[in-house]
Amino acid sequence: MLKISKYVLYDIIKNRVMIGYTAFLFIVSISMFQMEENSSKAMLSLLNIVLIVVPLISMIFSTIHWYNSYEFIELMLTQPISRKKVILSEYTGISSSLVTAFLIGVGIPVCIYNFNDTGVSLLLIGSLLTLIFTSLAFLASVKSKDKARGIGAALLLWFYFALIYDGLVLLILFAFSDYPLEKITLVLSSLNPVDLGRIFIMLNMDISALMGYTGAMYKDFLGSSSGMIYTLGILIIWMLVPLTIAIRSFNKKDL
Amino acid sequence: MIAIQNINKRFKKLQALDNINAEFNKGQVISLIGPNGSGKTTLIKSILGLVRPDNGLITFNSVPVTEDVAYRSNIGYMPQIGRYPDNMKIGQLFSMIKNLRNTAKVLDEELYFKFKLDTLLDKSMRALSGGTRQKVSAALAFLFDPEVLILDEPTAGLDPLSSEILKEKILVEKEKNKLILITSHVLTDLEEITTDVMYLQDGKEIFFKSMAELQEQTGEEKLSKIIAHMMKNGLHKKEVSYLKIAT
Repeated sequence: MLKISKYVLYDIIKNRVMIGYTAFLFIVSISMFQMEENSSKAMLSLLNIVLIVVPLISMIFSTIHWYNSYEFIELMLTQPISRKKVILSEYTGISSSLVTAFLIGVGIPVCIYNFNDTGVSLLLIGSLLTLIFTSLAFLASVKSKDKARGIGAALLLWFYFALIYDGLVLLILFAFSDYPLEKITLVLSSLNPVDLGRIFIMLNMDISALMGYTGAMYKDFLGSSSGMIYTLGILIIWMLVPLTIAIRSFNKKDL
Repeated sequence: MIAIQNINKRFKKLQALDNINAEFNKGQVISLIGPNGSGKTTLIKSILGLVRPDNGLITFNSVPVTEDVAYRSNIGYMPQIGRYPDNMKIGQLFSMIKNLRNTAKVLDEELYFKFKLDTLLDKSMRALSGGTRQKVSAALAFLFDPEVLILDEPTAGLDPLSSEILKEKILVEKEKNKLILITSHVLTDLEEITTDVMYLQDGKEIFFKSMAELQEQTGEEKLSKIIAHMMKNGLHKKEVSYLKIAT
């Protein structure tokens, strides 16, 4: 399997998009830390960028790469290699290069300027989000044979998780504001990896006290060590479930 | 060697394969013949596991093809339209496939050298003409000296000289008692090599008979004449049944 991943990686390195992505993240992170005197303020701005950009790039890049390597995938499948192996090596190749780009681009500046719990949790969440959105992108591209449809589906998923979902949650909170909603908001945030990641990092910053009663509730549950394990567990489920569905439907697919 | 039992495949409205049954054995050279869209390529792709049939069973040496992918190491496949990673060079493609297979077998590089692919190693796959692409496909199919060769329109797009080289190679492989499945619309290409003929139409198996049987049945010698004869007779029967209904 690693052999095939090696060829996927080689292909990715050759087309230089990944280098651009790394450079972009690096420049943004460095300039955030340079502009803000207070490094934890810079972390907050960086957090917002990471939560938007990382899922978007992971999804778009994975989807386009999948369709571009369709010939490669077809060729592999005429060889004695199982479909599961082919799709998993594709996944390993793409996600490992995206994670590496993230860890270099954001990781190095964070390690230089703000190496503490918050910094480490930002790197952890960023990497997990990359893995999650790559697997969502695989699901979208395996399910749709057409390139435009696949990319469209990936973009819609991103819109949903990054923008629409928050709006929906706000709407629910507003409509039912007369009722105690703390537990429900906890469940609702588990349904969106971006939200969960945001809360996870925020709790490691000192600003959670500003988030009011719900913030205190979050801190009470998610701030504890079992809460942390819960968060990471949910995020890993978010990575595994779409990937498993993608493998299943790829197994049944006609090429 | 390859047994096909009750295979059906439907692509939305199109019935691509309609209850196909067949058994292919060592030493046979089977010509798959039929009009465009009659299901030849779908049948081949089902054997390779690229298309998943709706029901039925395909076995290779009595192991279902869906169970284990190892059987594909015994198959050399030359696709109708060879599609390869665009940004790879010919040399890289060959070294990648060799690396992935990693067999101890002696490689059969005859076609590779006869088609002079060794002089084109630095050419990118994107820049290849259709014919050169076909040559790459052919060289890859024969490279690992497989027991089964599946050739989907092998001579389409090749120049006469290369086409001749390929045909000779197929004859040599036939002598080695291999199973060869071949589709082509150029019946004269099949003439010298074929031992059995399978005729498909609209996904249905119209007949699957050995050459000797067909020659006896039709009284013709040449494959093209035989096919013409069979088609005419088939048509004739249909017309007769129509007439019966009408009157």
